[in-house]
Amino acid sequence: MVAAVEKIFNDTITDRETREKTLKWVGTRAPRPDGVDKVTGRAKFGADTYLPNMLHGKVLRSPHAHARIKSIDVSKALALPGVKAAVTRDDFPDQPAGAVQPAGEMVINYRDMTRNIMAREKALYEGHAVAAVAAVNERVARKALSLIEVDYEILPHVIDVEEAMKPGAPLIREDLITEGMEPAPKEPSNIAKRVEFGHGDLDAGFAKADVVIERTFKTQPVHQGYIEPHACLASFSEDGQAELWCSTQGHYVARGHCATLLQIDVSKLRVTSSEIGGGFGGKTVVYLEPVALALSRKACQPVKMVMTREEVFRATGPACGSSMKVRIGATRDGHITAGEAILNFQAGAFAGSPVPAAAQCAFAPYDLKNVRTIGFDVLCNRPKVAAYRAPGAPLGEYAVESVIDELAKKLNMDPLEFRLKNAAKEGSESSYGPKFGPIGCVETLEAAQKHDHYLSPLNPGQGRGVASGYWFNIGGQTSATLNLCEDGSVALVVGTPDIGGSRASLTMMAAESLGIELDKVRPIIGDTSALGYNMLTGGSRVTFAGGIAVHGAAEDMIHQLRERAAATWDIPIEDIEWHEGQAVALNGHADQEAPLFMLDLAKDMAKSGGPIVGRCSTNAQGAGPSFGCHIVDVDVDKETGKVSVTRYTVIQDAGKAVHPSYVEGQYQGGAVQGIGWALNEEYIYDENGKVENPGFLDYRVPVCSDVPMIDTVIVEVPNPEHPYGVRGVGETPLVPPLAAISNAVENALDIRFTELPMSPPRVLAAIESAS
Amino acid sequence: MAKKHITTTINGDPVEFLCDTEQTLLDVLRDELRLTGSKEGCASGDCGACSVTLDGRLVCACLVLAAEVEGHEVTTIEGMAVGDQLHPLQQKFLDHAALQCGVCTPGFLVAAKALLDRNLDPTEAEVRYWLAGNLCRCTGYDKIVRAVLDTAVEMRG
Amino acid sequence: MARIVLTGNLKLYTGGVTELELESRSIRSLIRDLRRRYPDIPQDIEDELAISIDGVLHQDDWFAKIGPDSEVHLLPRIAGG
Repeated sequence: MVAAVEKIFNDTITDRETREKTLKWVGTRAPRPDGVDKVTGRAKFGADTYLPNMLHGKVLRSPHAHARIKSIDVSKALALPGVKAAVTRDDFPDQPAGAVQPAGEMVINYRDMTRNIMAREKALYEGHAVAAVAAVNERVARKALSLIEVDYEILPHVIDVEEAMKPGAPLIREDLITEGMEPAPKEPSNIAKRVEFGHGDLDAGFAKADVVIERTFKTQPVHQGYIEPHACLASFSEDGQAELWCSTQGHYVARGHCATLLQIDVSKLRVTSSEIGGGFGGKTVVYLEPVALALSRKACQPVKMVMTREEVFRATGPACGSSMKVRIGATRDGHITAGEAILNFQAGAFAGSPVPAAAQCAFAPYDLKNVRTIGFDVLCNRPKVAAYRAPGAPLGEYAVESVIDELAKKLNMDPLEFRLKNAAKEGSESSYGPKFGPIGCVETLEAAQKHDHYLSPLNPGQGRGVASGYWFNIGGQTSATLNLCEDGSVALVVGTPDIGGSRASLTMMAAESLGIELDKVRPIIGDTSALGYNMLTGGSRVTFAGGIAVHGAAEDMIHQLRERAAATWDIPIEDIEWHEGQAVALNGHADQEAPLFMLDLAKDMAKSGGPIVGRCSTNAQGAGPSFGCHIVDVDVDKETGKVSVTRYTVIQDAGKAVHPSYVEGQYQGGAVQGIGWALNEEYIYDENGKVENPGFLDYRVPVCSDVPMIDTVIVEVPNPEHPYGVRGVGETPLVPPLAAISNAVENALDIRFTELPMSPPRVLAAIESAS
Repeated sequence: MAKKHITTTINGDPVEFLCDTEQTLLDVLRDELRLTGSKEGCASGDCGACSVTLDGRLVCACLVLAAEVEGHEVTTIEGMAVGDQLHPLQQKFLDHAALQCGVCTPGFLVAAKALLDRNLDPTEAEVRYWLAGNLCRCTGYDKIVRAVLDTAVEMRG
Repeated sequence: MARIVLTGNLKLYTGGVTELELESRSIRSLIRDLRRRYPDIPQDIEDELAISIDGVLHQDDWFAKIGPDSEVHLLPRIAGG
């Protein structure tokens, strides 16, 4: 109990500063422990596992965007030779309306989740799962699907967020009364929730302004676009114990969801996370997993399920589309006096878009006395949205950073200078309430001002844009174990799937904290039975929280090593220091005792007390936010409307870059996702609410030839809550690009786009109507 | 319909397998031969994660019917390293951190090798356009392109 | 007394009050004290919150200490992707 309250490491600023001076691994570009398996094709991803007697599962999906399901008949499918099991809504117990549990990072409404993984009363989006079969091979499974008879009553549908908010819109839920409004509305609608944040006096603030700019924005929904489709392999035994192998950002979270949905004890289900081929937030939820388990439970054979790319687009949680309005006022000398935003976000078929986070973050880079953001969470006939890297923030900050840019132009101020004048600092009251601790907002802006990119001249016709970005980052439950092997080498067991190279950073921190050679530590990602609870990989938490747990485990191991040395030498433990991987006797004992290395203590651990295992289980708090600033240059082809990014620089605060290459990688990857979101990516629906572009040909993500090199600058304003000063970095990179690119296009064309994506047809139309 | 019996060469080794008419080379590599290094990202030839070479020509295995490889030569990611010696491209990808999740990496390596087998002095633009058929969502392509260019320098001696 | 600030929709449970002072010394006792004063606040409200104590973010941290001069903000739970 007490351990949970105390910090799990006793750190002072002096400790951290001392550690910083003597770093051996942290901050270097060490080899990645899982790298060779990845470059040889040996690494096993979600679809790369096979079991004897395995069946193939396939899902029957609604062809309608909105329909009441009157009946489902699987009898003909079950009669087909080779079909071993079928499941429908009848095989998943309903979850009561109040079944809300904290899980992973979010509070989960299981009533909604059980309907999302298998439709109950209605099919709520094209692609919604309605039934599933398991058969001896894929061909039989596909044939079986065609034999399932579903009686649909087609209903009118609505997809666009503004259409869904209008009175008289088709209702996704007939009984939904908007939460968060006082007084509560009398009539149901598609608006699940209203949220409001801010402080100060908005009217007074706008009254003081010399210039006020108000703009409305519209964005289309996009997908995280991970290259690996969802995949899993479930195996249920006759005694009710089960194994699940799946591509997931959080196997403990997946375990919890599946156990709840199938009503089995959590401990009965052992989940192993495969290597994961991208997630970005989209694999923090379950789709196939509970279905595969349910099929396996019926068939008592392993069931493998893999989504096609089309299924990924039609049926998994993407990011929302939005409509937004932003109004900002400033004095002539560049001081922002008031900021207001109204954000309408598409939640999809079930409530829970990231509009609250967007509302909190939209103005985060600024120190504002008067600010208010209002958000609406709106249902529509699309899949329930899932997280996509700093969920909500890219949209909110797209709108705000666009208006900031316009204001700067109107005031004849340099855009970076304008941002600096109003920048959030340590001690500023953030737009969402708390005062900021040490942060790097100003540092990223100043680094941008000094950067060669910003100082280089533009070619004729080119435009340059900048934008700031922010994400809170989180900590969360994390467990890690260090097992000392008989030869002095160490096995590190962590419980967070590695989506971007975190095994490298965690190993480096373990070696650093233990004071041993890097190649003496071998990391593995254990399954759910190997460790205490681990929250999922997401929220930019793994290097931060994982680092705290690994450091804590190292301190625990060091304490035990010192104890063994004390017993071996028969001197008090206070007289023993652990230094560079050795137990060293102090206070005069040094004359009698030569240092004991890990190897020495390991060799004798059986005799000196037994296995030496360093453990740390904690709920890491104090995640530090990460600010970023992007600079982008574009060329616009006036004949085709094509916008080309010619130069891109990401500047972001990492606190401490444990492995600079992987920090740079997060910056570059997020920037390019942002380029896609800004310039090309969007879901296109037909008049029946069906997705017309569920594939990579027509859902156009950036390819290699679309982008230039992405330059990066790692700013380091250490986070005092972490032994190495780490701040999460994974999400913030997606926050600035939308506005930065839009601002660059405005600079090139003198046309302000307020709709995304700025795809060639839209740009061309705007150029033509402007001339 | 009876399965087809196919005799082919994969990574230099003689291989025989049975397949259905509609199975692609990717299906067979993975599900029959358990060479799971080639990945399915889209099954429509748009992502390049299944890149292999067929008689030295870079192809998407998802767009080749398994039956088509009768009598031909296929090389996959599994054939790139020789014993415990990584191909220079593989080593450079590691050195440059040109991978994050790693699922697109086999496809990129096969495609990049196909480029360097033809042209050991590509420009950055040539590298980018050659690799335009391989999607990566994690890296933003920067370190991948640097790794390929650096490998070309090394292999030129 | 610690300064407690309620952000977002919490004011709907308190009749519009967004700031108050309480003597609570931990997050757990803070939630208890708040619910005692405003019984409309749901029992499981803590599951939906992130709590900032003097600028440091806490989530699921019953025994996090609140000092006599602390500034505490109740925010919606923070997720990520």
